Amino acid sequence: MKKDIVSQSSLSRRSLLRGAAGAGLLLSAPGLIGRAHAQSGDAIRLGAPFHRTGIGASYGRWYERTANAALQLINEQGGINGMPVEMIVEDDGTDPKRGVEVMEKFATEHKVDAVFGHLYSHVVAATAPRAGELKMPYFLCSEAHTLASGAFSRYCFQPSITDVKSQVVSMAPWISNNLGKKITLIYPDFNFGYDHRDNMTAAIEAQGGEVVASIAIPPTETSFTRYMPKIPFNTEAIYHVMVGPAVLTFVKELGEHLGKNRPEIFGFIDSLEGVDMNIPQLEYLEGTYFWEAMPRYAQANQTEFDKFFREKVGVDSNGASLDDPKDIATYAHMFSVWETLFAMKAAMEKADYKGPDQKIDFLEAMESITGFEESNEFPQGDKLFNGKTHQSFGHQNISKVTDGKLDVVYRTTIEETLYPDETDYTQMSF
Amino acid sequence: MDIAPYLLLATLEGLVQASVLMLTALGLSLVFGVMRVVNVAHGEFFMVGALIAWACGVYIPGPPAVGFVIGLVVAPLFVGGLAWFADWAVLKRINYNPEGTIVSTIGMLYIIQQFALLTFGPDARAVDAPFYYTIRTPWFGYSSYKLFIIVIALALVAGLWFMLRRSKVGLLMRATQFDKETAQNFGIPVDKVYSAVFAIGAMLAAIGGVLVVPNQQAHYLMGTDPLLLSFVVVIVGGLGSIPGTIAAAVLIGLSDGLLSVFFSPTLAKIVSTLLVAIVLVFKPQGLFSGKGARA
Amino acid sequence: MSLHSTEISSVKAAKAAEAEKGKDRFMIIHNGRLFALSLATLSVLFVLQFALSDYLVLALTRILIMSIFAMGYNMLMGYTGLLSLGHAMFFGFGLYAAGLSSYYFGTSLPVSFVIAIATSLVFSFIIGLLALRTEGVSFMIVTLMFAQAAYLATLYFSKITGGDQGLTLPTDARSFSLLGANFDMTSDVVRFNLAFGIFAVVLIFFFFVTQGPLGRLFTAVRENEPRTQMLGFDTYRVRLAAFTLSGTVCGLAGALYALMFGYIGSAFAGFHYSIEALLFTLVGGPGTLLGPLLGTGIMTMLIDRLSGITTAYLIIIGIILIVVNMWFPKGILGTIRERWVPWLK
Repeated sequence: MKKDIVSQSSLSRRSLLRGAAGAGLLLSAPGLIGRAHAQSGDAIRLGAPFHRTGIGASYGRWYERTANAALQLINEQGGINGMPVEMIVEDDGTDPKRGVEVMEKFATEHKVDAVFGHLYSHVVAATAPRAGELKMPYFLCSEAHTLASGAFSRYCFQPSITDVKSQVVSMAPWISNNLGKKITLIYPDFNFGYDHRDNMTAAIEAQGGEVVASIAIPPTETSFTRYMPKIPFNTEAIYHVMVGPAVLTFVKELGEHLGKNRPEIFGFIDSLEGVDMNIPQLEYLEGTYFWEAMPRYAQANQTEFDKFFREKVGVDSNGASLDDPKDIATYAHMFSVWETLFAMKAAMEKADYKGPDQKIDFLEAMESITGFEESNEFPQGDKLFNGKTHQSFGHQNISKVTDGKLDVVYRTTIEETLYPDETDYTQMSF
Repeated sequence: MDIAPYLLLATLEGLVQASVLMLTALGLSLVFGVMRVVNVAHGEFFMVGALIAWACGVYIPGPPAVGFVIGLVVAPLFVGGLAWFADWAVLKRINYNPEGTIVSTIGMLYIIQQFALLTFGPDARAVDAPFYYTIRTPWFGYSSYKLFIIVIALALVAGLWFMLRRSKVGLLMRATQFDKETAQNFGIPVDKVYSAVFAIGAMLAAIGGVLVVPNQQAHYLMGTDPLLLSFVVVIVGGLGSIPGTIAAAVLIGLSDGLLSVFFSPTLAKIVSTLLVAIVLVFKPQGLFSGKGARA
Repeated sequence: MSLHSTEISSVKAAKAAEAEKGKDRFMIIHNGRLFALSLATLSVLFVLQFALSDYLVLALTRILIMSIFAMGYNMLMGYTGLLSLGHAMFFGFGLYAAGLSSYYFGTSLPVSFVIAIATSLVFSFIIGLLALRTEGVSFMIVTLMFAQAAYLATLYFSKITGGDQGLTLPTDARSFSLLGANFDMTSDVVRFNLAFGIFAVVLIFFFFVTQGPLGRLFTAVRENEPRTQMLGFDTYRVRLAAFTLSGTVCGLAGALYALMFGYIGSAFAGFHYSIEALLFTLVGGPGTLLGPLLGTGIMTMLIDRLSGITTAYLIIIGIILIVVNMWFPKGILGTIRERWVPWLK
């Protein structure tokens, strides 16, 4: 038996050496290729760190599809300033440390012109400072208020999706006028939830309403029944922003607890992105309301731009993949990838951008942009872009669940989403 | 709500959590007790069980109960097979070396989790409960399926208990646990016992996964929490001690439910993890075992 | 070589070393070959910054910091034989101690660094006092529980820590001057050389610890605790020394990470990082001086390269883990030591 082991292991050693040599080749090759590529100035190269794995994976997948569709369109239309656009995708595992590493990889190995596509706020918070240090233009497709609050640098922009603060500010008047003035907040027990809690509490009080209970739930929770008794009986409207995979359980248990005599319910679609609305587990949501940045279901008054966008990305009128009706898109967020690419294109064209030497021109051009028209390039709607805070402001939608679909009942004006500037990036140096 | 019905609700919730925990922790405990192996991939067996339950629920026509029952049979068989294979392909070859096993099972964790992401996708998916009836009290509504979980878990544990104490297989297992060398000398096929124990441990986790899915949802990252909690239960209950594991599962399930009535849930979790640590520090053999061997 | 003989020799050596402590042998370098190898490794690492591409230098910076973390872990797990599943708490502790002091009190970076090391020392000593009352699997779980509580605490006190989203250090915390020289943390060159310098200090320090009397005591406890006890050593104290040393060095690594990359967040205190320390150490070779560096380097570059090629990289890593573990159960350097190069420890 002993002999057996020895002979086996010597064989292994040999094959392992061979494996090691292969691994060495594997490790060195991409670095070499990277360097060879980087010399050419005949294409615009964009780094795309997507959440391919980890907790953000269902968003990441659709962000990637949307980006591919937008790039194909841009290249069909002749690229940017006559140059084709290439995209290099790296997986950041929805992990802050890996996010930073990938940013470094884009800056020093792939030598890209700009980086775009990060969503989860903790990854963004870790990566943004490095982007500034590496002097890499960094375009967020997140909703975090951190950028507009002045915490990042002049290299970071959010040209498409509106931040949490203005989403909440624009929802509060409608909620207090239509659903009720005594609100119970249910939110995840981390920063994203606190943003909602703090902004919503202030906004609803400004409307003469009152928050009767604030229920924080840890993000790892899988069962919610025991939190339900904390909802006071005098609640007129429940405001929920649960994120994470357990949301269906949350809805089901909310239904079991409250039964038919429920208060009004308003939620953020973030909870149900990528989830089919028309399943038995979500029946309880019938007649409740959701915030959507972009309506998942094609509306009766669908714009030609929305139609165009759906067709190019491959999404049907129910917000599902054309190939598989069970594969639901993260439709309320993913437009931001599309629009961000076209915003970058607009700024690059304005600066007549040819390569990294003109980085500063490109960024200043971005800051000088004041807004975007509703178009194929900006299918979510027209936008106001604030060059000082680097943040975009657009229309928000409130949709009601009707027959397992989301029907838009109110679309805010852009003015309703505005709040006073909290920073001025143009005063900072590059 | 008044405090009394609130406590009742928290207790019920705690018991449901305790039941699932009992199954997964018993699996871990059995593996640890007999084989002295710490299986880090245990939570992934739980997850695979849940995914199979989802697949059965979706692809098998008929009322949800049919898919559920089939899932309850297929999931443990499949997962048991998977575990058997993993034991044969990996653990046997490293001779169950304790540290080596931890690394290998971390490797399995990565493989299973990533494979689930590739096939099942990143989204959480829900399964219909086999029956749906909400018990209405004056203060709250409660799902009857959750009570059913408690019953099933108790039945399974009773079955396991009977198998270990009364059947020949159980005798072989206990003999192996007690003294591996002597058992071998008496002609007990220790190798086969090990494979069987590893498979049975995984099957218990898989059943836990199937039971939990109509209640929660299937998701490829769902295995981490049960793993951590099962670890805690196994240790607090005393390594390899089955009555201890059961008692610890109830204790931890209940305390988790009740603490969050009085504290902020995150604070409650901090308090309960620290309590577990302190119990271990001052009573290293676990709360429920008098003597117990040194691990 | 049989386990038994190593065990006896290491206990004997510990005893002998103890007896002659403080005498003329104190300055003698035991295991000169390993010392030479360490110096050679350091020179290669230093020269690499001129040979590698920009990105690989950045990656190497990170590898050096994570290696310090793994080396700290190795001190406990590899040399003393205590397997902890909660070392992310020490990494996180150093990270927060350094990051929060410069975020809230505006202390200069070297001061924050020293504060972090000093508080990590106290913290790991206290945790050690408690955790070391247990052993084996209980010890694994106790460390895991403490780490879990620490992780949750970073979330619970998110008003201070920034919780999950974390905190970004302000610009004035990105450079410092020391002894007249100005160090800019946003410069890749400065950062690499600083990381290298601190790594070198830790490596040399660990060489003297592991090859000296204390290290032999650690090994003696690992190989046969009752016998070490019988020889008159208070093994609880020995383990406590190893634990504190290990925790402090992991805290140092965390502080270094926070100050060099300017971001602190709860993810760094999570379970995943405890597993990483374990993984790096096990792959490289527990109980070898250079193993953690090798393990960290290999695993980091593997993840980095594979993630660019396929999303299934974790499957490949899983397979590599299993395969390496089957053929090199003692880690790469551990196996080499066992079969060919006995002085590699």
